[in-house]
Amino acid sequence: MSELVAEQFDDLAQQTEADTLGMWAFLATEVLFFGAMICGYCVYRLLYFTAWHRGSLVCDNFRWLGVGSGGWNTAVLLTSSLTVAIGVRAAQLGHNRTLSLMLSLTLILGIAFLAIKAAEYTHEYHEGVVPGYGVFHPDDEISADLRRDAARSHMSEVVLRRQFQLFWVFYFFMTGVHALHMLVGIGLFTWLLMETRRGRFTPQKHAPVELMGLYWHFVDLVWIFLLPLLYLVR
Amino acid sequence: MASIPFIPEYTVEIYLNERHTVASWLLTKDHKRIAVLFMISITILFAIGGSAAVIMRLQLLTPHSTLVEAETYNKLFTLHGVVMVFFFLVPSIPATLGNFLVPLMIGARDLAFPRLNLASWYLYISGSTLALTSLILGGVDTGWTFYTPYSSTFSNTHVILAITGVFIVGFSSIFTGLNFIVTIHKMRCPGMTWFRLPLFIWSMYATSIIFVLATPVLAITLALVALERILGVGIFDPALGGDPILFQHLFWFYSHPAVYIMILPGMGVISELITCYSRKSPFGYVFIAMSSLAIAVLGFLVWAHHMFVAGISIYGGLVFSMLSFLVAIPSAIKVFNWTSTLYKGSIQLDTPMLYALGFIGLFTIGGLTGLFLATLGVDMHVHDTYFVIAHFHYIMVGGAVMAYMGGLHFWWPKITGKLYPEVWGRVAAAILFLGFNLTFFPQFILGYLGMPRRYYAYAPEFQVYNVMSSCGASILAIGYLLPFAYLLWSLKYGKPAGNNPFKAAGLEWTTASPPPKHNFLKTPIAGEPYAYHEMDFSDV
Repeated sequence: MSELVAEQFDDLAQQTEADTLGMWAFLATEVLFFGAMICGYCVYRLLYFTAWHRGSLVCDNFRWLGVGSGGWNTAVLLTSSLTVAIGVRAAQLGHNRTLSLMLSLTLILGIAFLAIKAAEYTHEYHEGVVPGYGVFHPDDEISADLRRDAARSHMSEVVLRRQFQLFWVFYFFMTGVHALHMLVGIGLFTWLLMETRRGRFTPQKHAPVELMGLYWHFVDLVWIFLLPLLYLVR
Repeated sequence: MASIPFIPEYTVEIYLNERHTVASWLLTKDHKRIAVLFMISITILFAIGGSAAVIMRLQLLTPHSTLVEAETYNKLFTLHGVVMVFFFLVPSIPATLGNFLVPLMIGARDLAFPRLNLASWYLYISGSTLALTSLILGGVDTGWTFYTPYSSTFSNTHVILAITGVFIVGFSSIFTGLNFIVTIHKMRCPGMTWFRLPLFIWSMYATSIIFVLATPVLAITLALVALERILGVGIFDPALGGDPILFQHLFWFYSHPAVYIMILPGMGVISELITCYSRKSPFGYVFIAMSSLAIAVLGFLVWAHHMFVAGISIYGGLVFSMLSFLVAIPSAIKVFNWTSTLYKGSIQLDTPMLYALGFIGLFTIGGLTGLFLATLGVDMHVHDTYFVIAHFHYIMVGGAVMAYMGGLHFWWPKITGKLYPEVWGRVAAAILFLGFNLTFFPQFILGYLGMPRRYYAYAPEFQVYNVMSSCGASILAIGYLLPFAYLLWSLKYGKPAGNNPFKAAGLEWTTASPPPKHNFLKTPIAGEPYAYHEMDFSDV
């Protein structure tokens, strides 16, 4: 017993409850972390409607089999949440082989998400929409669209392009921070998988699995907000 | 074995002599040792921030540039603001007294996450090192608010380094807050129900909520400023298509609640001091506890009162003005309840009590002038003048720092096992009170007459008040140096304190001073808090 419970706790139940509350409090911090970005996004979306509308259209035009990269990523990520949920249940029941399998599947899906994201970033780099001094020069097709948008809404093309660039600042910042959270998650799942292989988790003590489950669902949930904001809003 | 100077000899086994190596301190997971580490670190930072203020006050003795150039002056007030706000006031009471006392007061062996607690100190050290590096490389001149577009486009100083320091230290706060929330929820000893919690714990809880919910917004905002500076894209710079007002909204969404991060712990300390030195349970315990939570919640709804002249809409201004007035209600509840607690108490004017009474007076002045500033019309007149400076120094120095000093004296015997010299304590408290008022009261008048803040020179007719203020500052400096000297002295020569030298209620006084490694030899059982009516004071 003494090995299972850290010295500051009375018993395992107290330790598990404390760990769980700690994760929820951390996720509350994370909500405000992403909340600030989403707030900034909404402000500029309303201020610079035309330019950001074009941003969403360009964002959504990286497609495979007719489905946008955002759609593919949503499918991958939601499936990974399912595998995590099954993994948590397996840990509760002490089915370590299922747990290992589910953790491995989650890892594969997480890496798949990042691979799709990387392909998308590369595509956007070639379109010239990566923001930054000297990097940002949208290709001819996008430039023509922007010129048309500017003429239609009686705006200066220079101003519109600047606002269009701001869309990409937020796009890369928000998806980048999200991807960073995915990377951290993948690292921790690798550790969980190793611990599972060593037989460290029992139906009595498997708090790390449960907590990683919470974390992963949260990262999933953030994506559920990013998808409509960045790709679907018209 | 390398032993650490200033640590006195103890005959019994306590947290200080459990092991002696430097590594045993730098890798400790004991909340008491981490509190001591924080105490040393924030004292150093306080001295740095204070030195900047000394140079500023010297410069302002005369109306024209005599000591430093305009640019140097800008860097000085930025240094003073950044260091004092982010590296001293925000962590001051929570990371030192809070770290030490939260587990002791609720009868726990340690905080819920000791390793996270240590990480929090290392983040603090990394953040402050970065910020101080920016100082050594030439300083930052943006003001502690890092207002855009100046900070993101125009300033040629080491903004990114300073911002990174503040960003990192933010996570130190988040970890402390998270640890306190979980500890208070899950680790109370038998008998310690929510409404038996010491009022200090309630204020720590309210503070932690702000830590967890406000700090991430600052982190993101500063990250965006850094991004704008590095990439040259317009996020907040209007010339590049950004919106500087958005920066101010996001910045104050953290930085106004941060004001309550600074004052709420102080209020918690005062509640403990007032009850102990009037030998009474607090008047209206539930009201004091709930007003802490009310301040924490209302604190999130008032940020735009910093922006009345920044071009926000008049209706927005009206709403934020009214919401700001609301904060006065829970604050006044506290002040009235403390004074009612004094009524018919056996009041003992020891050093901590002198600080507590000083706090009540100074906080009241600071709070009431806050109402002037929350009034739209008056704010137009005094915005960005010394009136604002005086107002928030009454809250932060007259309030938060006085409370920190009072709490430091009160729990010093518990932390070190030694008594501080009482006479010197009272002298220092009186000097601090006088020096403080002489420094900052003239600034109210200066501000009302129209002297703007953040200028290295001023019109000659303001000189009288500025000389008064600078004189006060030198008295204030003595008031800080004196406790520094006699508290260090007491480590070696102070009388042994015994478990409960002040006959105070509270679980922390039932264990040894200094406490053993696991705080209590046997898990305590909590009864009613503040049971002063059951205690025998015939020998006091």
